[in-house]
Amino acid sequence: MDYITLIQLLDSTVRLATPLLLACLAGLFSERAGVFDIGLEGKMLAAAFFSAALASLTGSVWLGLAAGIASSLALSAVHGLASITFRGNQLISGVAINFLAAGMTVLIAQDWFAQGGRTPSLFGGARFEPITLPFAEAMESVPVIGPLYEELISGHSILVYAAFLAVPLTWWILFRTRFGLRLRAVGENPAAVDTAGVSVVGLRYAAVAIAGLLCGVAGAYLSTALQAGFVKDMSAGRGFIALAALIFAKWRPWYALWATLLFGLFGALETRPDVIQSVIGIKVQGQLLGALPYLMTVVILAGFVGKAIPPRAGGEPYVKER
Amino acid sequence: MDVMPKWAEVILVPLISLLLAAVLSALVILAIGEDPIAAVNLMVKGALGSTYGWGYTLYYATNFIFTGLAVAVAFHARLFNIGGEGQAMLGGLGVALAALYIPWPHWTLALIGCGVMAGVLGAIWAAIPGWLQAKRGSHVVITTIMFNFIAAALLNYVLVNVMRPPGSMDPASARFPEAVHLPTLHELLAPLGIAFSKSAPANVSLLVAVGACVAIWMLIWRTRLGYEIRAYGHSQPAAKYAGISPVRITMITMIISGALAGLMAINNVMGESERLVLNATEGAGFIGIAVALMGRSHPVGVFFAALLFGFLYQGGAELALWTSIPRELIVVIQALVILFTGALDNMVRMPLERLFLMFRRPGPPKPGPRSAQSESPE
Repeated sequence: MDYITLIQLLDSTVRLATPLLLACLAGLFSERAGVFDIGLEGKMLAAAFFSAALASLTGSVWLGLAAGIASSLALSAVHGLASITFRGNQLISGVAINFLAAGMTVLIAQDWFAQGGRTPSLFGGARFEPITLPFAEAMESVPVIGPLYEELISGHSILVYAAFLAVPLTWWILFRTRFGLRLRAVGENPAAVDTAGVSVVGLRYAAVAIAGLLCGVAGAYLSTALQAGFVKDMSAGRGFIALAALIFAKWRPWYALWATLLFGLFGALETRPDVIQSVIGIKVQGQLLGALPYLMTVVILAGFVGKAIPPRAGGEPYVKER
Repeated sequence: MDVMPKWAEVILVPLISLLLAAVLSALVILAIGEDPIAAVNLMVKGALGSTYGWGYTLYYATNFIFTGLAVAVAFHARLFNIGGEGQAMLGGLGVALAALYIPWPHWTLALIGCGVMAGVLGAIWAAIPGWLQAKRGSHVVITTIMFNFIAAALLNYVLVNVMRPPGSMDPASARFPEAVHLPTLHELLAPLGIAFSKSAPANVSLLVAVGACVAIWMLIWRTRLGYEIRAYGHSQPAAKYAGISPVRITMITMIISGALAGLMAINNVMGESERLVLNATEGAGFIGIAVALMGRSHPVGVFFAALLFGFLYQGGAELALWTSIPRELIVVIQALVILFTGALDNMVRMPLERLFLMFRRPGPPKPGPRSAQSESPE
């Protein structure tokens, strides 16, 4: 494998890791506050559809992004209502949200565009175009660093850079602000937070809303940057891979970055079987690479490679004592 | 704390939840510019108006009885098995292996043999997450989701690289021999003088599914093991104190659950397609969640909920055929049913409980603040 192939591989790793990273951070906020969220997939799918639909109708990708975030937030509100206000089962609520998004997106797409559950192809201002960073072209001829800068670092859409910036931001919010401290506390011991006079319900709603926002961006990225338009079920299990990455990362922001990059690399390798064959000398089945994130998560969960301890109050509705 | 009489708990709450889901679905149909009443008429006519329609409704219902029971059994031990889809896929693999590589003399023996294989492979696929939950404490919900994806990848690999007959482009196994053909309802009812549609896929597996309902009822409410499963589901510390082993109950429950989901394959793989195709399960494993929630984890409830979803599935196919309403409407209805009967259960329950309390104590002191706080659902 030569240097340029490596750069190309890493480049597509970054592209594929971005939606995983955003969804993973979404899950991180929610689960750190004690609300399990297996509806990441559904929220991403809804956002992917509404951002592509609005972008296609108005020609503005920014309006599309706003619509995507709004739809994802709406589903978050349903999740919050079910799992915080009515103390229902958070897992069942997540399952319902996934199906709701899977059905509604196709239903509405068929009604609006009548193209068999997809949106028209997006072009021009209706897509997030790659951004060329300064000096990228001038640097191109510089050996080693030139291609690295020009191919790998420059030339992504703005959402990719936003996703990578979200990692330190998440770390800072969770570990360096009062809000973050309380948010983590509410996932570990909500009764203590309540005793301190801070609203458990308010904090959990805030966390679920942040998760909605991040899933919205992830979905918008799928349909307006990674691809040009919405197709049925385009999230394709990414929400669950993000969930796997979250466990892999043991609910920590920086680890989430590495975990999603790793899973992004698997995704990139799946499309380049020739690269794997040339590097390790044997043919690896594409299906195996596709299943690898799930297999690895099971192994991690089993505790064979370090132990992943979830937030203590995760999944339990908080009932105030009277 | 029994605030509501049993009939309200068992019938009224699910009925109101269902009504809410139906109203929202009607609004969705209205919003896409179709007439909900005409749509329901069309669904009833398409799914129940002919023996052909009934044949499909019962065929789908058979799938959902198996997956619904699978989820329901796990619910009794307070385990949430989302892996029915993957377990049913592995069941399909079991049926295909048994049907293709063993020369069966008669369909009755083949049904038993293939059923056992389907159940065993489904059980194995559920036992691994069960073991991980029981021994290593990894959450069964996450692991069963992961196992769905692993099952899909495994099946894809097996069908494309191993079981595909040479020269075939289609990722599917070879057709099963004639000897393992299961009698359809048409063939079963013809000797009795009842004319049933020839082309409908409902088959003898329906009887197996009904038998499974009875067996699970016996198991859960009439055996020691069933008592232990329920006790464990109600309170783990109490069950442990009573000498019930958590590891044993978790493992056994997951194995039964997985075997039931795997058994679905005798209907869809052996009874209908008569070869193993990619995506043979068509999401039936997930519909089992809605069925179990609606049926309150009781076999009788599961049976009727499965019939309802069979009707929705066949009716939805008719809708997609004759109107501009896509099949995905059924996915939306399924989501709403899961949402209202599962996650938003308290939204229906809390006001109802308040209502019943009002009628129970008309004059005497007002119920204390505790009454507003309901018991959490199972």
